[in-house]
Amino acid sequence: MTTDRKIGAPILEIDNISLAFGGVVALQAVSFDVREHEIRAIIGPNGAGKSSLLNVINGVYHPQQGTVAFKGRKRHNVDPHEAARQGIARTFQNIALFRGMTVLDNLMTGRNLKMKCNFLQQAVYWGAARREELEHRAKVETVIDFLEIQNVRKTPVGRLPYGLQKRVELGRALAAEPELLLLDEPMAGMNMEEKQDMSRFILDVNDQLGATIVLIEHDMSVVMDLSDRVVVLDYGRKIADGTPDEVRNNKDVIDAYLGVAH
Amino acid sequence: MAEQSGDTFPRLLLHQAQVRPDRPAIREKDLGIWQTWSWAQVAGEARSLACGLAAQGFRRGERLAIIGDNRPRLYWAMMAAQALGGVPVPLYQDAVAAELVFVLQDAEIGFAVVEDQEQVDKLLEILPQCPRLKHIFFDDPRGLRHYTQTELMSVEKLQAAGREFAQRNPKFFADEIEKGRPSDIAVILYTSGTTGHPKGVSQTYAAVIETARVLVAFDGFAEKDDILCYLPMAWVGDFLYSYAQVHIAGFCLNCPESPDTVMTDLREIGPTYYFGPPRVYENILTQVMIRIEDASWLKRRMFHYFMGVAKRAGMKILEGRKVPLKDRVLYKLGELLVYGPLKNVLGMSRLRVAYTGGEAIGPDLFDFYRSIGINLKQLYGMTETCVTVCMHSSGDVKLETVGRPLPGVEVRIAESGEVLVRSPGVMKEYYKRPDATREAIDAEGFFHTGDAGYFDPDGHLKIIDRAKDVGKLVDGTLFAPKYLENKLKYFPYIKEAVCFGHQRDKVCAFINIDMAAMGNWAEKRNLPYSGYADLASQPAVCDLVRECVDKVNRDLAGDPVLGNSQICRFIVLHKELDADDGELTRTRKVRRGHIGEKYAVLVDALYSDKTSCFIETQVRFEDGRAGMVSADLKIVKAKTYSVADAKQAA
Repeated sequence: MTTDRKIGAPILEIDNISLAFGGVVALQAVSFDVREHEIRAIIGPNGAGKSSLLNVINGVYHPQQGTVAFKGRKRHNVDPHEAARQGIARTFQNIALFRGMTVLDNLMTGRNLKMKCNFLQQAVYWGAARREELEHRAKVETVIDFLEIQNVRKTPVGRLPYGLQKRVELGRALAAEPELLLLDEPMAGMNMEEKQDMSRFILDVNDQLGATIVLIEHDMSVVMDLSDRVVVLDYGRKIADGTPDEVRNNKDVIDAYLGVAH
Repeated sequence: MAEQSGDTFPRLLLHQAQVRPDRPAIREKDLGIWQTWSWAQVAGEARSLACGLAAQGFRRGERLAIIGDNRPRLYWAMMAAQALGGVPVPLYQDAVAAELVFVLQDAEIGFAVVEDQEQVDKLLEILPQCPRLKHIFFDDPRGLRHYTQTELMSVEKLQAAGREFAQRNPKFFADEIEKGRPSDIAVILYTSGTTGHPKGVSQTYAAVIETARVLVAFDGFAEKDDILCYLPMAWVGDFLYSYAQVHIAGFCLNCPESPDTVMTDLREIGPTYYFGPPRVYENILTQVMIRIEDASWLKRRMFHYFMGVAKRAGMKILEGRKVPLKDRVLYKLGELLVYGPLKNVLGMSRLRVAYTGGEAIGPDLFDFYRSIGINLKQLYGMTETCVTVCMHSSGDVKLETVGRPLPGVEVRIAESGEVLVRSPGVMKEYYKRPDATREAIDAEGFFHTGDAGYFDPDGHLKIIDRAKDVGKLVDGTLFAPKYLENKLKYFPYIKEAVCFGHQRDKVCAFINIDMAAMGNWAEKRNLPYSGYADLASQPAVCDLVRECVDKVNRDLAGDPVLGNSQICRFIVLHKELDADDGELTRTRKVRRGHIGEKYAVLVDALYSDKTSCFIETQVRFEDGRAGMVSADLKIVKAKTYSVADAKQAA
């Protein structure tokens, strides 16, 4: 946890991406980049294609046109688990945790890709499997400490309030030690205090763990406070890209959000 | 088993490190795992901290502020300051910055050891007002990476510097400890003080150590005991129970992972010794009750059945009294099926002794714990007397009292009813406040507690109220309003009560019903009501309240001193007493004088022979608007009991 936050070279380059579902065009020739250690926000009205874009980045959707390059390597139609292996983790708009499992176990699933022992070895829990489990548990504990959720460690996720579930989901993504973290509306449905807490954790993740963050968010004050640069989508097209101040004063953005007089 | 070596804490520390170097001295849950430090390790940690502080310029007699949750490093900082002949000043971790200013200035603090970013931020904020503060050491570096203030340094760095210093001056630590005297000040604890500025209570090593030895001997603590330290370090109880007793008996201090995990940590550690104010016990009980209501039918039935058995037999068994064989067998079964598992969940399976104090505890609460076999006892004391004045001894416990004076403690009741205490634990002085010290400690060395109380026939001390609030009826009977009000408030249906009687011929009361509890009761009986005032005026509600008052009176009749202060007449008020209307303080204490003036009409009616009284009062709504409420209130006569009858019945 000692990386100093310096925005570096582009870590993710999205070039001319188009995505359509049958006749419905979700994304149209979208291009932008994300630099190392920055917080990059994607905003736009409902149905603008924000979540589709995240899904393209972590391989859930395969675009009909354009390329995604992660850490300088162009990828061709990766699967989500390959994207995860390369260091991309994400959270979901609607919480996707195992509700009946404890917080601890949910976070352990975030370590799944890094486990080398097979099912049988783990069942016997001896030697290498045991060592590995302890290592992963230690890593998960640092995440628990980081997110200050010690008091719910052994609580089933389904019993937790919504805001805390969101935090656990962030925790599961962090357990994978990602280089690029995709957050899909991390603050949706939260009250003011929960939003403040979450904002602080996002900044801490960026600052202390050095992760690069791409975030979709509707709360404009949060977006403007947190992010270094903002991409604005409207009907699948990129209409603006720049610092929060530039975006705020962009005429197309204002029109997209407030509507245009016809 | 008290050991007689060492007359200052640093010497006791070295003694423990020598006698039981490998026994656990302190534990902390870090990253999900309990980390243990042995006595030898703790001595080493304290040594490196002390040497580090010395290298930074900490001098003998200087004061070290300590702010944060109960963390091993903060306890070591206390040890380190004392080893250097300095004085630790623990402060409340939840105090806002402005509140810290006074203490930092008053104690002329130059050095502070704090827990984390939150505390660092507070100190940096008030730095301009506290120019003496030059060094702030923090335990947890999280969030502090970008802080560049020259005052800041991590405890880790401080200890590294200390180890280097110790290598160059190997005899320094031992020499400094050698210079300590039992008459030196061991700690300054600031009392919250209801009026004016807090006062720093200076306690000497001799006072604290002698008191702690008495306590350790009283309940027979030894190295195998475990305690969870979760109450604020700035509070005298933590200093005495955690810090002082651990030094003497050599048992283990366990620091919770975070303030939110105390219940889990309790369960994992299973302490043998526990202290909590009544509200902690109340919270635990409430949680148990909520979970039982959610449990399956069978579990619920079992719980209620066996709690009935426990109520009948549990306390008698705990106190070694006679119990019918059938109940004894049922209680054993209950232990197996209900009490045992329950205590296990609460982390109370290994508990030998549990204390409560600070304020009166409700009978239901007290009985619940004792009936499931937890040896819960009350104690009485304050910062100025190292807590220790009176304490229940095992097997000699009475709900209403705080027990007998402890060995070495003299308690005297002044003419006014005030409790006076002389003991080895009475403070040396209020720091830099000779005037206040003279006021509190008289020429004979008795400390004036400000509490009113008396001894019951068994020699137990009973605390009834603050001395300044206690009055007298015209016939000379002692009138302790808070004592009566508390008795009334133990009933769930009564939220607030205000008693009048000073220089009157009898005691009368205003009563506020508890909307939630009473509303629930009314709904179960299909009693329709439209709102608070309507519910309060229902005859059935009045009857229920009268039953409560009757019970209080019957109870009082058995009391030799307060027997004549039974409540004769009362009114169920039509509105809730509210801080916004100036009737309660912000901490929800009744402002008796103000209420008496505001409702003078009602008070007059209570002391006349009217049976009802009309009143119109202004209320302030939460949005700031004011309105009028009026009601015709019924004056109810309660049943009173003659004191002589009660004696015969008993």
